Amino acid sequence: MDALSSVLVVLDSTLRLSIPLLCACLAGLWSERSGVVDIGLEGKLLAAAFAAGAAAHLTGSAWMGLLAGIGASVALALVHGFASITQRGNQIVSGVAINMLAAGLTATIGNAWYGQGGRTPPLEGAGRFEGVLLGHSALVYIALAMVPVTAFVLARTRFGLRLRAVGEKPAAVDTAGISVTALRYAAVVVAGVLCGLGGTYLAAALSAGFLPGMTAGRGFIALAALIFAKWRAWPALGACLLFGFLEAMSIRLQGVPLPGIGEVPVQAIQAMPYVITVLLLAGFGGRAIPPRAAGVPYVKER
Amino acid sequence: MTLKALGLALAGMVASTAVALAQGAAPKPAIVYDLGGKFDKSFNEGVYTGAERFKKETGVEYRDFEPQNDAQREQALRRFAREGFSPILAVGFSQKSALEKVAAEFPNLKFAIIDSVVEKPNVESILFKEHEGSYLVGMLAGMASKTGKVGFVGGMDIPLIRRFACGYAQGVKAAKKDAEVFVNMTGTTGAAWNDPVRGGELAKGQMDRGADVVYHAAGGTGIGVLRAVADAGKLGIGVDSNQNGLHPGKVLTSMLKRVDNAAYSTFMDAKNNTFKAGQVTLGLKEQGVAWADDEHNKPLITADMRKAVDQATADIASGKVQVHDFMSDNKCPAL
Repeated sequence: MDALSSVLVVLDSTLRLSIPLLCACLAGLWSERSGVVDIGLEGKLLAAAFAAGAAAHLTGSAWMGLLAGIGASVALALVHGFASITQRGNQIVSGVAINMLAAGLTATIGNAWYGQGGRTPPLEGAGRFEGVLLGHSALVYIALAMVPVTAFVLARTRFGLRLRAVGEKPAAVDTAGISVTALRYAAVVVAGVLCGLGGTYLAAALSAGFLPGMTAGRGFIALAALIFAKWRAWPALGACLLFGFLEAMSIRLQGVPLPGIGEVPVQAIQAMPYVITVLLLAGFGGRAIPPRAAGVPYVKER
Repeated sequence: MTLKALGLALAGMVASTAVALAQGAAPKPAIVYDLGGKFDKSFNEGVYTGAERFKKETGVEYRDFEPQNDAQREQALRRFAREGFSPILAVGFSQKSALEKVAAEFPNLKFAIIDSVVEKPNVESILFKEHEGSYLVGMLAGMASKTGKVGFVGGMDIPLIRRFACGYAQGVKAAKKDAEVFVNMTGTTGAAWNDPVRGGELAKGQMDRGADVVYHAAGGTGIGVLRAVADAGKLGIGVDSNQNGLHPGKVLTSMLKRVDNAAYSTFMDAKNNTFKAGQVTLGLKEQGVAWADDEHNKPLITADMRKAVDQATADIASGKVQVHDFMSDNKCPAL
């Protein structure tokens, strides 16, 4: 295999592996820009993957799977919203609860419905997203399109500017007569939709069906990418592509002798993405300043 | 103080009568599965199949438990023991330390563990010669491969999985001397058993390097491996249970680990009072491992392949061919 095609193969793999990260990362961006910290990305991805796997199997249509995936993810997002916006609960606690809820519920319901250890039955034919362009499915392009959309909405529209203001100084927005609650709910729902997209991509495009715990920590990597990208859309794309690239490289490099070094132990290769993440965050990232009101419930009386 | 002592004494009496009762009466088997769950289409499901067979033939009911995390194993084992269940079958190498503790606490009960060794006078340790079964599917892979390159995707990087890989590589090279074997492991934590996306990517990586047969020993991750291989029109090889039917015509064969037989005979032995503690190793000779041959892969196995693999089976069973066991010295001559 010549060098060009191996580069192409790695880039292909990079794109595939970055898309779930990108969806979750953008979801986190929307939520946190409005001042709601979202640790529950992982749980929402997982719930979406399960709903998508089950619905796509039931209806035989991947698009129905996407709808169900988004539905499940938005439902969890609303739970998070209710706990942290309406009830002014601790956002971290609510997010962790969502992760645990999703991990437990998906496996339990899956086992009750299908009796296959929490898996959904394998998807065939139209139940999966097939490649539409360059071998990548429609979801990939939808997810990529979300980057400019997010950047534009947050920077150029009235809604986006207000949303960001809510994340920085909600009292000022409130004084101007705009509902903090409504804006934050809107942001949380957008986050739910994006996680739904990512989870569906995992279950119905990358693999064929849901498996318990199949997100394997991608929601948390997305959070790291979000911090690395300093809560901005285009850098988020860069960060997710970088993380995807590192994962793709770690897969391709396994068992391949490197010139001058020889074969590197599997463990070293697999630790590489994390090591580089730490280095990048520590060395090149500079100071990452979160939205000022992130994690703080808004209390009108104060 | 006295009340407490009395309570303790009472509790002790109740516990000992429960144990005594259990010994006298018919066996009360129980199973604690591994994290993959009862219906994993693989390892655990094999145990389930064997236990169901036992139940059907003898009419003896059994109890089981599917732990959701590592901490629950010991609790489940102890709970079954406290209720007087015997034999208690612990499935999977990761239950070793939990079983060591619980078996010592209940010396009058019988225990068994699959895939690990617990040196206690009341524990039967059941091991499989996975390298022998892997050798056979390796031979089939070597003969089925057109490119002369085959792949292996393991789950968690542990010696047990390296043993699969090593046996496989030996089989491949026995069939095709200059064949190349790519070995990849999914990860180094328990999550490596359940990451079909990564499994699929690993398989794609191997196919990009020219592999046209990929064998997996990776639990749920392997579902992704078989899927990616089937999508690419290449051949996969399943593991533990018969996975030929997952993608008919795209799964060359499966390396069967007859955990069903192991579970069945453990329970049967306990019923017939022939239960023996100690180590049992099931290889080709004992029909503890085999390759799956059914209607799904019939068109893929040519007469030559069948002949060669039957010959190898006989040779290994008779001891004429020795398959190197990775776990004996942590080295693999074929890789």
